[in-house]
Amino acid sequence: MSSSGEWPLWEVFVRSRRGLSHTHAGSIHAADATMALRNARDVYTRRGEGSSIWVVPASAITASSPDEKDPFFDPAADKVYRHPTFYDIPDEVRNL
Amino acid sequence: MDPTEALEEHFRRTVEGEQRIEPRDWMPDAYRATLVRQIAQHAHSEIIGMQPEGNWITRAPSLRRKAILMAKVQDEAGHGLYLYAAAETLGTSRDQLLDLLHRGRQKYSSIFNYPTLTWADVGAIGWLVDGAAITNQIPLCRCSYGPYARAMTRICKEESFHQRQGFELLHTLSHGTAAQLAMAQDAVNRWWWPSLMMFGPPDAESAHGARSAAWRIKRHSNDELRQRFVDMTVPQSEVLGVSLPDPELRWNAERGHYDFGALDWEEFRAVVRGDGPCNRQRLAHRVAAHEEGAWVREAALAYAEKRRREPAA
Repeated sequence: MSSSGEWPLWEVFVRSRRGLSHTHAGSIHAADATMALRNARDVYTRRGEGSSIWVVPASAITASSPDEKDPFFDPAADKVYRHPTFYDIPDEVRNL
Repeated sequence: MDPTEALEEHFRRTVEGEQRIEPRDWMPDAYRATLVRQIAQHAHSEIIGMQPEGNWITRAPSLRRKAILMAKVQDEAGHGLYLYAAAETLGTSRDQLLDLLHRGRQKYSSIFNYPTLTWADVGAIGWLVDGAAITNQIPLCRCSYGPYARAMTRICKEESFHQRQGFELLHTLSHGTAAQLAMAQDAVNRWWWPSLMMFGPPDAESAHGARSAAWRIKRHSNDELRQRFVDMTVPQSEVLGVSLPDPELRWNAERGHYDFGALDWEEFRAVVRGDGPCNRQRLAHRVAAHEEGAWVREAALAYAEKRRREPAA
């Protein structure tokens, strides 16, 4: 509970239809999880945008820095051999 | 280069490269403050904007119109919430923003200080006020601040229904009895000029224009957007069969735009200052709704707290 009496913040993730993963839609305030789900439904799925909703207390999320210069993502930057286009294959080879 | 300069340089290149700024990125204090002010004003406008139309829900002329109007007013609440959520990502709380609104320290769009005198006003608001809002908002979908741009994308999709239902409502009236046509014309006469004022003061007097443009918050000037709205709306008025209350309105082939008369900026400033027809009523209603709902917010928190301490058996 926040000290000001404001309802806690929840992040909302919506699965738009079967076969897709839940995607972040936005956030809402609610006193508890049940109310968070109902508020999320009313705010983010008024036009059938969802078949499933997750709500997560915003305070429970740990995030990396989004800054692209962040060294956090450096280990992936120089490993081009992780991509299929890195490899030289003779033109006549099919289905590879 | 000192560390702050490096951060500013990185910010500038991100923005000029048409990349989005996200909540945890470094940003200049003035950029943050400008966004909080603009997003909060926008959120307040959505919430206050529920009042003029909410006024007609119980008196809608058919069940179809009532259901539509309820959905629209509910959308305005939703739009307010998307925007408050976007503002909160900048490190301000919802309560703080509402408090600033209630104390008159933050503004909302002046258009909502005009009264809805007849049912046709509901149509005029949808067609003209929402039409002007959409013209303003579409470029904001590409605003440099990610959460604001995403909220605007969602809002613009939903606003399209708002404008179309308003046009349909007016079209039904203007093709009805003589009295209905007169009612539609009267509403258009009253809402036309205030709608043009929604784009804000002329470019020469616009306080924050240049800096917001450099930051890619604002992409078109007030006068450009106003002209765009006039050019779109005049042909629509011909289909409706209503006139627009401006004797100077005419097509200018040389410019490729409609010319239109001067706006009454004295009226605009008076309404912004708080002397419009409904300023006090709108704010008093908002404050009362907030205060009268306090016990609900407190009770919900107390219940959640009790459940946390005594889990259901």
